[in-house]
Amino acid sequence: MAVLTYREALNRAMTEEMEKDPNIFLMGEEVGHYEGAYKVSQGMLAKFGEKRVIDTPISENGFAGVGIGAAMVGLRPIIEFMTWNFSLVAIDQIINSAAKMNYMSAGQFPIPIVFRGAGGAGGRLAAQHSQSFESWYAHIPGLKVLAPYTPSDAYGLLKTSIRDNNPTIFIESEVLYGSKGEVPEGEFLIPMGKSDIKREGTQLTIVSWSRALMYVLPAAEKLAKEGISVEVLDLRSIRPLDEEGILASVRKTNKVLIVEEGWNVAGFGAQVAYLIQKEAFDYLDAPIERITQEDVPMPYAANLEKSSLPSEEKIIKKVREMIK
Amino acid sequence: MSQPKTKKETEDLLELYRQMLLIRRFEEASAKAYSMGKIGGFCHLYIGQEAVGVGAISALEEKDYIVSTYRDHGHALARGLEPKSLMAELYGKKTGIVSGNGGSMHFFDKKKHFMGGHGIVGGHISLAAGIAYASKYREDGAVTLCFFGEGAANIGSFHEGMNLAAIWKLPLVMICENNHYAMGTPEYRALSVKDVSVRAAAYDIARDHIEGDEVRKVREHVKVAVERARRGEGPTLMEISTYRFRGHSMSDPAKYRTKEELEKYKQGDPLIKAEKDLVSAGWAQEELAKMDEIILKTVEESVDFAEKSEEPPLGWLYKHVYAENV
Ligand SMILES: Cc1ncc(C[n+]2csc(CCOP(=O)(O)OP(=O)(O)O)c2C)c(N)n1
Repeated sequence: MAVLTYREALNRAMTEEMEKDPNIFLMGEEVGHYEGAYKVSQGMLAKFGEKRVIDTPISENGFAGVGIGAAMVGLRPIIEFMTWNFSLVAIDQIINSAAKMNYMSAGQFPIPIVFRGAGGAGGRLAAQHSQSFESWYAHIPGLKVLAPYTPSDAYGLLKTSIRDNNPTIFIESEVLYGSKGEVPEGEFLIPMGKSDIKREGTQLTIVSWSRALMYVLPAAEKLAKEGISVEVLDLRSIRPLDEEGILASVRKTNKVLIVEEGWNVAGFGAQVAYLIQKEAFDYLDAPIERITQEDVPMPYAANLEKSSLPSEEKIIKKVREMIK
Repeated sequence: MSQPKTKKETEDLLELYRQMLLIRRFEEASAKAYSMGKIGGFCHLYIGQEAVGVGAISALEEKDYIVSTYRDHGHALARGLEPKSLMAELYGKKTGIVSGNGGSMHFFDKKKHFMGGHGIVGGHISLAAGIAYASKYREDGAVTLCFFGEGAANIGSFHEGMNLAAIWKLPLVMICENNHYAMGTPEYRALSVKDVSVRAAAYDIARDHIEGDEVRKVREHVKVAVERARRGEGPTLMEISTYRFRGHSMSDPAKYRTKEELEKYKQGDPLIKAEKDLVSAGWAQEELAKMDEIILKTVEESVDFAEKSEEPPLGWLYKHVYAENV
């Protein structure tokens, strides 16, 4: 099995899909000549040419709209946002055009588009460049929202997204691009709406996704050494949501902690908690708990940034309390 | 523009007149139905602007695309969408053009390359650029025509769409239907320029500006822009000056403008102009009246059809939220 970085896995997925289907093109700021702000599209311009790897001016609303228009007539654009922070000036197009076009047109105009790029908290990038928007986009019917953690998931889910006939919000994590993982040889797809048990356990389930797993997995490891058996469920797919996967794990462990990098208020974890209390209330041995980013814009100072995010320590402390 | 001279020219104008009259009568009927509470939501009428939509769309070929705003009834009819299914859509019926999912502001017809009525002011401009982009990508020779109001010329999406269309030389014709008001805001309070088309200079693209009261003149000018786009010479920004005789939407009594102003513009009613030209070219008034009767009947039938159609089944609520993956 090949070991790839997260960015290489994404690159491989896009490259393979573009080789197969001439309707697919990649568009965004710096995706071509600069080979991607995070180098995800390295080598793609040389391979596919300027017609299919297109540098845009800084105009997120404009090129998001261009992608949607092109998708209306059957092309399959991949639109890269340099980071999801800048998607906010395109959010009108994503919500009001992409998500609703198929519905408003009674099925005449599906929008097979992938919006992808770096999300989440970064290394001391402060308030405007460090935030998680999974919950925002998950709120919208008509969108699909994915947030893979491992290179292998990134590869398999991006390919699925590119082939999907709906607008997909594909949120990569800025700090994961260099992370390495085994990616099976040969082509494979990962279906949307399937979570993955990243670690088996019996006493408590941690539901999480994307970069927050960087804290969750080592915490679970340490807790195991204390004799606390934690199951770690990686959602991978926020919408559609693997309700059955979540419930099966809760029925097994009877306790749930949800860890997310986004904010608490109206955060996606609240939706997961609602699902669990509604469908598996009788299986719960403790209140559902959440660990989220603190309710503040991201500070710059290293210590404050760290203290505002979920961490191994916070998770270990919370799990110990819940297991008592 | 001079009166039609040959028989062919006269018949051509007659057809354009017929289309404009259909829009006028259809809209009068929808206003009536709206007042009776049969039509919900917003309902933005096109009455007064008919020559723009009919003239511009008659300059297109079948393969060309049209992108419209929430004021889309006129554009849709000019493109030949069925009055019946449009009226049924206004009524929110199963038989509507988008089976009751869209209403007045969201007509779509894929077969006719009618790419939607869109409700966010100016948001559709970059979509139009995207459709034009796809034509360039595929070399299908189609041109995209995008309508918008002068109010939309102030929103970011307009400027981003224009810049992208310009740098990529997209086959796009942008038509600003300047009816001088964005809802209750007169243009002079919102626009930095008197003529939106001068903004073309900022993007180094072609421009044009005309009065929109003569349908054949509109077509002639739009044709020039369409041909330029088809030749691969890039987008054009046009301003076509016009006027809406009704309020912004059915719920707007339009008190922000004077009676005198309205009367002045009514002198330039594009239908009356066309009618005069037809009569002086020798067409009998009675024949025009006969045409009107036929159109009124068509419209009545569409209302009747809408009235009698069923509402969409409740089971359709979730239909089309997501497209199937086949
Ligand atoms: C982004 C946005 N802001 C505000 C509105 C509310 N609104 C709908 S139409 C309109 C006026 C638009 O005027 P104009 O572009 O000149 O077009 P016209 O209605 O005159 O055809 C406004 C303010 C909207 N739909 N979208």
